[in-house]
Amino acid sequence: MNATSSSLVAASSSASASGADLVLWVAVPYVCLAVFVAGHVWRYRQDQFGWTSRTSQLLEHRWLRWGSPLFHLGAFMVIAGHVVGLAVPAAWTEAVGVDEHLYHTGAVWAGSVAGVAMVAGLGMLCARRLLSRRIRLGTDRSDKVLFPLLSLTVLLGISATAAHNVLGGGYDYRGTVSVWFRGLFVLGPRPEAIADAPLLFRLHALSACLLFAAWPFTRLVHVWSAPVGYLVRPYLVYRRRAAPARVSRTRSTTGR
Amino acid sequence: MPRGQSTVGRVMAQVAMVMNLDKCIGCHTCSVTCKQTWTNRTGVEYAWFNNVESKPGIGYPRRYEDQEKWKGGWTLDRRGRLVLRSGGRVRRLLSLFSNPDLPVIEDYYEPVTYDYDNLVGAPAGPDLPVARPRSVLTGRPADITWGANWEDGLGGAPEHAGGDPNLSGEWAEKVRFEFEQTFLFHLPRLCEHCLNPACVSACPSGAMYKRVEDGIVLVDQDRCRGWRMCVTACPYKKVYVNHATGKAEKCTFCFPRIEAGQPTVCSETCVGRLRYLGLLLYDADRVGEAAATPDEQDLLDAQRGVFLDPRDPEVIAAARASGIPEDWLEAARRSPVYDLVARYKVALPLHPEYRTLPMVWYVPPLSPVLDAVTVAGGDQEDPDHVFAAVTRLRIPLEYLASLFTAGDPDVVGGVLMKLTALRSYMRAVSLGEEGNEAALGAVGLDAAEARDLHRLLAVAKYADRYVVPAAHKEDAAALSALESGCPVESAGAPAGGGVALGMPTLRRTPSEGPA
Repeated sequence: MNATSSSLVAASSSASASGADLVLWVAVPYVCLAVFVAGHVWRYRQDQFGWTSRTSQLLEHRWLRWGSPLFHLGAFMVIAGHVVGLAVPAAWTEAVGVDEHLYHTGAVWAGSVAGVAMVAGLGMLCARRLLSRRIRLGTDRSDKVLFPLLSLTVLLGISATAAHNVLGGGYDYRGTVSVWFRGLFVLGPRPEAIADAPLLFRLHALSACLLFAAWPFTRLVHVWSAPVGYLVRPYLVYRRRAAPARVSRTRSTTGR
Repeated sequence: MPRGQSTVGRVMAQVAMVMNLDKCIGCHTCSVTCKQTWTNRTGVEYAWFNNVESKPGIGYPRRYEDQEKWKGGWTLDRRGRLVLRSGGRVRRLLSLFSNPDLPVIEDYYEPVTYDYDNLVGAPAGPDLPVARPRSVLTGRPADITWGANWEDGLGGAPEHAGGDPNLSGEWAEKVRFEFEQTFLFHLPRLCEHCLNPACVSACPSGAMYKRVEDGIVLVDQDRCRGWRMCVTACPYKKVYVNHATGKAEKCTFCFPRIEAGQPTVCSETCVGRLRYLGLLLYDADRVGEAAATPDEQDLLDAQRGVFLDPRDPEVIAAARASGIPEDWLEAARRSPVYDLVARYKVALPLHPEYRTLPMVWYVPPLSPVLDAVTVAGGDQEDPDHVFAAVTRLRIPLEYLASLFTAGDPDVVGGVLMKLTALRSYMRAVSLGEEGNEAALGAVGLDAAEARDLHRLLAVAKYADRYVVPAAHKEDAAALSALESGCPVESAGAPAGGGVALGMPTLRRTPSEGPA
């Protein structure tokens, strides 16, 4: 019933959005999300062998030594910031006593540190990929899509923040971009919410959609393999030789 | 798993190896046949699952035995608990993004190929065409400055051998300056398929495992996510990163051959016939305790204590309870490895102080001592001279001790004396003389045992060297069922459409350089 009412709301609200807005802020995100989900299912079932971080540390380690930790740790902070900024409504943060000014200040400071770390790290990772011939030759088609797309998204994101929230007067994306973002996930798209956001924010959102669509077909899948289970599993792993279940039954009947 | 009513815990079997180093002539046939079988592919050009090193020498990868630098194996923390030298679980996850202790390709060597096409395709001219070396990694002409057997036969020893981590202080100087008089022996190395494998324990994905049935340590290529912690953790540096697939690869102990009851490729093709394959039964419940033995020099005995006597009725009962088939128990009783390791105690593990409880053992070579006897003007044939050398000549003995007994020269000396006494006795017997049984008794052998050991070490018939039971029938049926099934059907994938093979898309185009 909720879904019905929200889709009604969506229908009524999207009446006010132009056709281009509907394509950009409803069709494109949903298509990208669908590709993201279906792509992961397909890749996980079909390509366990290709599911890896595809480390190149063996071939080049000096740039990686700094670039990779900077990028990854920066990315963790950036992702956390996006979760807070996009998924948590402003009303919720205010309810726990964080007013707009405090939120804004915190977001700009923490976001800047994280963003700079991520951009610097990614820059170094891109540099080694371009400058080290060994790494360049080991770069496959998916990397040639991923690295530019990821760089574009990150650069658009950090320029939007820099232009509007650090140098500019401050733009409250939580009232626009975040509303659109949450709308997608509660099945009540609000394309008009983002339609008037500054250009950099809109481009950042679009490139991010494309990044999500490309995700399952690139080395980014290694994100889902973050080995947190290692913290609790026993050190020594024994496995029986590959033998289907029916064989173990055979074994017990023969008394072995 | 039901336990036996005895003190014996879970019994597991392992196909283990022993190498008799005195017989190794350093021909590298094992390395080459292994490479042809397993690593002649893009991404692992630099990897040698089996390699032969000249000792003294720094080895492959360079100085891999220097665990202060590479952080391989296990160590004991202040409370005496076993911890990976490269750090605990949290530390490991924090170093996922850049592993500070990973060897780079230069520590192995830059793999090259040659411009073979130039030999047949060069235009006619006054000069003989040559095949220049080209880097496989960049496709560009490369100078060959290092390789997996660069130090072969002490090549470059004046420059490098002093860097051997097993040599310290004055010895390093002595070997450096007197290399023409120094000793030389070859050390073939492959994955040790350890009882307490550090690589398995370090794998964040849980992709590495030790097989219950035969103890072979493998990497599950479908579960490896390329975190490369195994490379650091292995103190023998016998896990390699395939830089094309981004996954770890290692010696498989030729498991398809072992399952069929055949020796590994390196063993089968060994020209010197110095390798032995056989079962060792061990008590899986005592592995951790043995690996945590406080004194490094007690690790050898602790590991021998984990092995079980396959003739002991209590062990047999416990093994049956643990599901080990009768033909495997029979093979364990005929195992040359058990005889060399536990019965005659002439085989020693490589670097027991790494605490991984390695399962490829070595009969230490007499040749360094014999060389020293000759240099000192003694007679190699006279056991008294050799005995004297074993007790007096510190360098070769302590060098061997730092390789095989965590630095205890007495144990190595004991083995060398045993081998010397055996040689001397069997020489006499073969010449129709009365062998000196007193000397034999002094090293703990009687005449029958001496003949048995001589048959094993010197005669070394194929059937005596390799006692490998085939994987059991029910399991074999399961294996062939897996192999004969269509991979596309069994993957649970819908029929039709493209067939995704579990193969990497080759990411280096052939035009960029000869592969």
